[in-house]
Amino acid sequence: MAGAFGLYRAYAAASIRSQLSYRASLVMTTIGIFLVTASEFVAVWALFDRFGQVRGWTLPEAALLYGMSSVSWAVCDAIGRGFDVFGDMVKTGGFDRLLLRPRSTVLQLLGQDFTLRRFGRLAQGLLVLGYAAVAGTIDWTVGRAVLLAGAIACGVCAFLGLLVLQATSAFWTIDKLEVWNAFTYGGLTMSRYPLPLYRPWFRAVFIFVIPLACVTYFPGVVILGRAEPLGAPAIAGWLAPLAGPAFLALGLQVWRIGIRHYRSTGS
Amino acid sequence: MTGLRPYRAIASARFRMLLQYRGAALAGLWTQVFFGLVLIMVYEAFYRSAPAVRPMAFAQITTYVWLGQALLAMLPWNVDTEIRETVRSGAIAYELARPVDLYGAWYARAVAQRTAPTLLRAAPMAVFACAVLPVIGLGEWRLAPPPSWAAAAGFVATVACALVLSCALSVLVNISLMWTVAGDGAVMLFTTAASLLSGLVIPLPLMPEWAQVGLSWLPFAGLFDLPFRIYNGHIAAGDVAMVVVRQLGWTVALIGSGRWLLGRGMRRVVVLGG
Repeated sequence: MAGAFGLYRAYAAASIRSQLSYRASLVMTTIGIFLVTASEFVAVWALFDRFGQVRGWTLPEAALLYGMSSVSWAVCDAIGRGFDVFGDMVKTGGFDRLLLRPRSTVLQLLGQDFTLRRFGRLAQGLLVLGYAAVAGTIDWTVGRAVLLAGAIACGVCAFLGLLVLQATSAFWTIDKLEVWNAFTYGGLTMSRYPLPLYRPWFRAVFIFVIPLACVTYFPGVVILGRAEPLGAPAIAGWLAPLAGPAFLALGLQVWRIGIRHYRSTGS
Repeated sequence: MTGLRPYRAIASARFRMLLQYRGAALAGLWTQVFFGLVLIMVYEAFYRSAPAVRPMAFAQITTYVWLGQALLAMLPWNVDTEIRETVRSGAIAYELARPVDLYGAWYARAVAQRTAPTLLRAAPMAVFACAVLPVIGLGEWRLAPPPSWAAAAGFVATVACALVLSCALSVLVNISLMWTVAGDGAVMLFTTAASLLSGLVIPLPLMPEWAQVGLSWLPFAGLFDLPFRIYNGHIAAGDVAMVVVRQLGWTVALIGSGRWLLGRGMRRVVVLGG
């Protein structure tokens, strides 16, 4: 296990060094991504500017959910990029090389590319989170701060689980399926707003099938000290985030089944 | 009109090539249905929470959202990858040897790039939003027909103008590659501006009141917002002429500046021998 971690560090360091050699380009794209993601927050801000509140939620409160999901996704996107380009590796047969090495494929894919420019997204998410923490009326306690950090970590797992499942589909279809984008990017958009906004069937999907609501909304309600209108027990906010790691574990299990089905494209 | 023949040929060849990507269009369809549903649920919640605020009727909002999802590929959101390669590899020098006007050739490619994927996506999306939604009990979220024949005709006219405008913007993005060869940062910013300021991310009437006039005068509003508001009746059908003037005015200005920039860019091209 310690060896695996050391190997991952070596992979990530190599990836970071290679990106740092094109410094100007890195800075430009990082700023670009920062502004792109900032424009997404403009839409949220504009709605609250017009309507004032939604179901009793104000902008700083919704910003907490936005910040949590943005930071989770940014971290997942930075470390999980290898799974994102996995479809191409299957198409070109490059995955064969990974299978030849005596290390886990998951580890090798995670170390494939540690994308620094995703820090533009991370910075934007942290900024919104900072705004939510200061502008809102959150009664900060140690417990709530721990819950926030834990929920974000679990959120990284949940998004990573989605990336793994998306990549796994490439074992059967050669190319990774774009239909998953609805769940990754669509789920990201969904998790920016309070869950009660949505219809019950839609909520059920993001609680029980793809647990993105479990890592943002339920802990978010506890941190904000709001009453939970959907009737979830009080403890749910503390336990629900664990659905993230569980989802990732499930994804990795499916990945293992997928590897057994892998047949090289042969070139 | 024989002078236009090569450009028509370029556009039609690209068009037929791009029509092959049916699988991608189908996958995109599902993602766009999903996004449309999320957006509509969010707007619905805001509308129910503040009954006094009505910049646009809710039925008009749903129509606006579906039109945006259906015509998504018409926005100038991506560069022409083949043109990017010619700029990167230096093969752009060959273009100088061809007996066609380079701007015209790139514009013809843009026409194909903006129409073929849109045609593949728009029809199934319209079927879903008009016919399927009411059947599964979500009729209040549907894409409603235009309120009058005049609105329908106005929509057709302004979408045609939106297309020529979008192509002019697309070519401009391609030209920018001559200066920023890596180009990702600049293109990303442009794409963001196009999707936010056209009304794709959020219908422009939901933006703050003080921003409305400024937004409507930018070229991006002519891509989606103005034609969509003519379709759903938010802009009276009598004002179509005004919208068309704005769209075509921007198109002329953008084509003019595009030609000028391309000319300057080509003078800077240094081709290494070999």
